[in-house]
Amino acid sequence: MTSRRDFIKISALGTGVLAMSSGAYGAIKLISSPEDAKKLRVDLKRTPTYCEVCFWKCAGWVYKTSEGKIWKIIGNDEDQHSNGRFCPRGTGGVGMYYDEDRLKTPLIRVKERGKQVFREASWDEAFEYIAGKMKDISSKYGPESMTLFTHGSGSAYYTNLIKAYGSSNIAEPSYAQCRGPRDEAFMATFGEEVYSPEITDIRDTKCLVLIGSHIGENMHNGQIQEMSDAIDKGVTIITVDPRFSTAAGKSKFWLPIKPSTDIALLLAWIHEIIYNDYYDKKYVEKYCSGFDKLKEHVKDFTPEWAYGITTIKPDLIRKTAKEMADASPSVIVHPGRHVTWYGDDTQRVRAIAILNALLGSWGRRGGFYRPAKFVVPSAKIPKFPEPKKTWTDAFPGKYPIASSPVSNALIDASIPENKPGLLIKGWIVNGTNLISSIPNQANTIKAIQNLDIIVAIDTMPMEITGWADVVLPECTYLERYDALRISPYRKPAIALRMPAAEAKNNTRSGYNIARGLSLKLGLEAYFPFENQDELLDWQLKQVGSSLEEMQLVGVKTSEREADDLYFAENEDVVFSTDSGKIELYSKAFEDAGYDPLPKYVAHEEPAEGYYRLIYGRAPMHTFGRTSNNPNLTDLMKENSVWVNPKVSKEWGLTAGQYIWLKNQDGVVSDFPIKVRITERIRWDSIYMVHGFGHGQKQMKRCFGKGAGDTQLITKVLIDPIMGGTGMRGNFVTFVTEKTDKEVAS
Amino acid sequence: MRYAMAVDTRKCVGCSDCVVACQTENNVPIGFCRDWVVEVMDGTYPQLEMEIRSERCNHCENAPCVRCCPTGASQKIEGGIVVVDHSKCIGCGACMASCPYDARYPHPSGYVDKCTFCEHRIKNGLSPACVAVCPTKCLYFGDLHDPNSNVSVVLKRRKFKTLIPEAGTNPQLYFLI
Repeated sequence: MTSRRDFIKISALGTGVLAMSSGAYGAIKLISSPEDAKKLRVDLKRTPTYCEVCFWKCAGWVYKTSEGKIWKIIGNDEDQHSNGRFCPRGTGGVGMYYDEDRLKTPLIRVKERGKQVFREASWDEAFEYIAGKMKDISSKYGPESMTLFTHGSGSAYYTNLIKAYGSSNIAEPSYAQCRGPRDEAFMATFGEEVYSPEITDIRDTKCLVLIGSHIGENMHNGQIQEMSDAIDKGVTIITVDPRFSTAAGKSKFWLPIKPSTDIALLLAWIHEIIYNDYYDKKYVEKYCSGFDKLKEHVKDFTPEWAYGITTIKPDLIRKTAKEMADASPSVIVHPGRHVTWYGDDTQRVRAIAILNALLGSWGRRGGFYRPAKFVVPSAKIPKFPEPKKTWTDAFPGKYPIASSPVSNALIDASIPENKPGLLIKGWIVNGTNLISSIPNQANTIKAIQNLDIIVAIDTMPMEITGWADVVLPECTYLERYDALRISPYRKPAIALRMPAAEAKNNTRSGYNIARGLSLKLGLEAYFPFENQDELLDWQLKQVGSSLEEMQLVGVKTSEREADDLYFAENEDVVFSTDSGKIELYSKAFEDAGYDPLPKYVAHEEPAEGYYRLIYGRAPMHTFGRTSNNPNLTDLMKENSVWVNPKVSKEWGLTAGQYIWLKNQDGVVSDFPIKVRITERIRWDSIYMVHGFGHGQKQMKRCFGKGAGDTQLITKVLIDPIMGGTGMRGNFVTFVTEKTDKEVAS
Repeated sequence: MRYAMAVDTRKCVGCSDCVVACQTENNVPIGFCRDWVVEVMDGTYPQLEMEIRSERCNHCENAPCVRCCPTGASQKIEGGIVVVDHSKCIGCGACMASCPYDARYPHPSGYVDKCTFCEHRIKNGLSPACVAVCPTKCLYFGDLHDPNSNVSVVLKRRKFKTLIPEAGTNPQLYFLI
C-alpha cells in the first residue's frame, strides 16, 4: 500500500490545479514599485486582509476610524470567496483583535503540567527553552520524534520549521477529525479531492442534495451565497438530516432520516438510478469503470429495503431519486465537510461520489467545476533533511489509504505503552485546541503527560495552552502579514493580508515566531527573508505584481488560461486513479483489504433513556475559536441542548432549564446546558452546537457557558481506511439534579 | 421619495450577519442591537415549516414613536426614515413603549437609539450596512416611488406581508413569503 499512498500524493498535485494554472500569473501587469513602500502603510484608510475566522479565507478591507482605531471589516468586491460580503464571523472578526482576554506575552510553565502556573518570559528566553528541548529530543530520539499539530495561516511557517528540523509529522485535525474521509473517497473515485473551498458549482445547480450538511448554519461564505442565488433560480434542495436544519427549512424535500443509516439511503438511490435507467449512460460509458459490478452490488438495495433501515418512505426515496435524475448533470450530492461520524465514513462518502458519477455531475455545469490556481514561487531554501521515520512507522499497516498524517495516531504514538514504532516526545501545537478538537480528552491528556516538550501557539488562552510548557502568543490576523492566499477557485486569484494595526502587547506573527525559533536551532537558512513583507514583495515581483500594488487592491484575479471550467463535449479526460477512469468499483480499496463498493452496516443504537449525541455549528461561531469573541458572544453566548417535545415531556424538562448531560461511559458534562424544546430534532437524538463549555477561566466571557460535546465523545469509531475519528456513536442522558461538578457562577 | 426594505424569508438563514454588521458600522454598544433575527416554527416532527426573518424598525408611515415623543427628538426625515435626534432625546422611553415592534433600545449614553436605514450611507449612494453585508442577499432596499428600485421590483414580483398590520402604523418593512 505504500505505493498507493505515494501515488495519491503525486496525483493530488498532478490533476487539474497545477496543470491548468501554469503561466496564469502572466495576466498580472507589473506596475512600478518604489522600494520604500513596503512597510506598514499608516496612510491607508483601509488595509487589505483575508479572514482567519474560518478556512474560507474571504478577502476584505479593514477600515479604521479617523483616530486610527480598527473600526469594521468589509468584504472586497473583487474577491470570488466573499463577493464583497463577509459572514457574521468575518464581520465580527474585529472582536478577535479587541478581546481583552488575549494571550499577551510568552509564558513558561513553573509547576506540573496542567496546573497552569506560568511565569512571563521574554521571546528570546522562550525560544532558547524550546530550542534546547528540541535539540535534546533530536539527539536522544531523532528529530522524527517531534510533531506539529497545526491549523490556519501560520501553518506554512511552522511546517517549514519542522521540516527543516527533520520531521515530517505535520498533522492537521482538519484531516482525521473532519474532511479526511471525504478527500480519500473522492480521490479513490475521481482521482481528485474536492478542495477547499469546495468545487461545488452550487450557483448553477438545479438540484442540491445535502446529507447532514447544514449550509446556512455552517457559514462557508461562497456556498451560502450560491445556495441563495440558486434558491432565486428555483433550485430543488433535498436535505437528509435527523434534525430540521435551516437548510431543511429551505428544502423541497426533507428526509428526516434515522441517524447512522445514510449509507442505506445512498445505496437505495443508486439502485433507483441504475435500475430505472436514470443514470447518464454516455458519461458512465466514457468515463467510468466498474459499472456492472456496481449494478450487481446494489441489486437488492430497493427503496423498500432502505425504508426498514432509514425510516424514509419508499415513495419519497423514489421521488427524490427521480428529482436528481431530472436535474442531471446539474446536480450536486454534496460531499460535506465534517464527515467523521460513524467510522465507515470513507465508504459513505464513496457512495456519495458514486452517485455523483452516475448522475454525470463531476466536471459539469451545476455539478463540480475544475478549479484553477495561481502558482507563486517560494523562496529558495536548502533541501529539507530526509526523515528516517514518518508517522506511518508509528503503527505500521494502519490506515493505509490516509494521505495526510492522522492526528489521533500521532497522539497515540506519544503514549509509550501503545508500543509505537515511532515514539513521539515533543509537540508544537499551533492554532488548534486539541483538548476540544480531538475526541477522548483523557487520552490526549495522557499523551501530553508523556512528552518532553509541548509548545502551544495561539491568540487566546485555550485549554491546550493550559497544558503547555511554553505558550507563545501570536498576534491576530489583523496585526500581521501572512502568506498570500492562493486557494483554488473558479478563477486563479491571489489575496494579501497586511497588518491594519501594530501587534498588541508582546505578541508576534507566525512568521516571526517560526523564524525566531529557526535562529536558535541554526535553521535560519530556511527563512532567508528577515521580514515577511520582504518575502511577499519578492514573491509578488516574480509574478509581475508588487507588495505596494497588492496593498492598494487586496485581491488580483485573472482569467483562466482556457475555457475549461467544465468538461467539453466528448472531452477525453484521464482521471488520476489507477485505471485513469472514474472508479465506481475501487480496486485500490480491494487491494488494501476494504470493501471495493460501499456496504451498509448497522450501528449501535441508544439504550433506553439515552439519546444519540449530534453536534453541529452555529452561523456566528467557528467552533471554540470564536466563543470568547466579544462581538460574536453577543450574538450567541452559550449553546443549548435541543430536545424533542416528546422527550422533554417524558423527562419533565422545561424550556430554559439548565441540566447536565451524562454519556454512556458515565462522563457528566462539566457545566450545565440550557434545554431548548423543539420539534426540529428527532425523538431518538439530541443536538448541540460544538465549541462551548470552555473550562478555561482566563476566557472570561465563555468560561462555563454551555456544555462541550467533545467531553461527552469518549467512544471513538475509528475509520480503518484512513484513521478518521467517528464521533456520532455516543449517547447521552439527562441529569437534572445539581452534581458536585464545578458550576459557573 | 419613500424608503422601504423587503426581507426574503425564503433566503434568510438567520445568521445574524445583519446584526453584527450594524453593530460595527454604527458603533452600537455590545449588548444592544438595532436589528435582530426571529425564527418561527410551525408543525410537528416531521411535518415542519420554518420562517426566518431579519427584523428592525419598520419606519412606519404613521409612526407612533414620532407622535408620542415629547421633545421632537423622534422625527421623520427625507424618504420617511424615522430617526432620533440624540441631542434632543431625554431618554424618557415613551417611544419605546409606543413601538409595536420593540425596535428601540436605551443607549447607555442616555438617549434612545434605533435603526436609521443607515441614512449616513444611503445619502452617499451606499446601501444600509445590513443590506450590503447579507451573504444570502435576502435584503432589498430602495425608494418605493422609483418603480425600478430593487425594493419596488421585488415587491411587484413576489407575495409579501407586513408585521402587525392591525396596529395601523403602515409599516415599511416588507417580508417576502
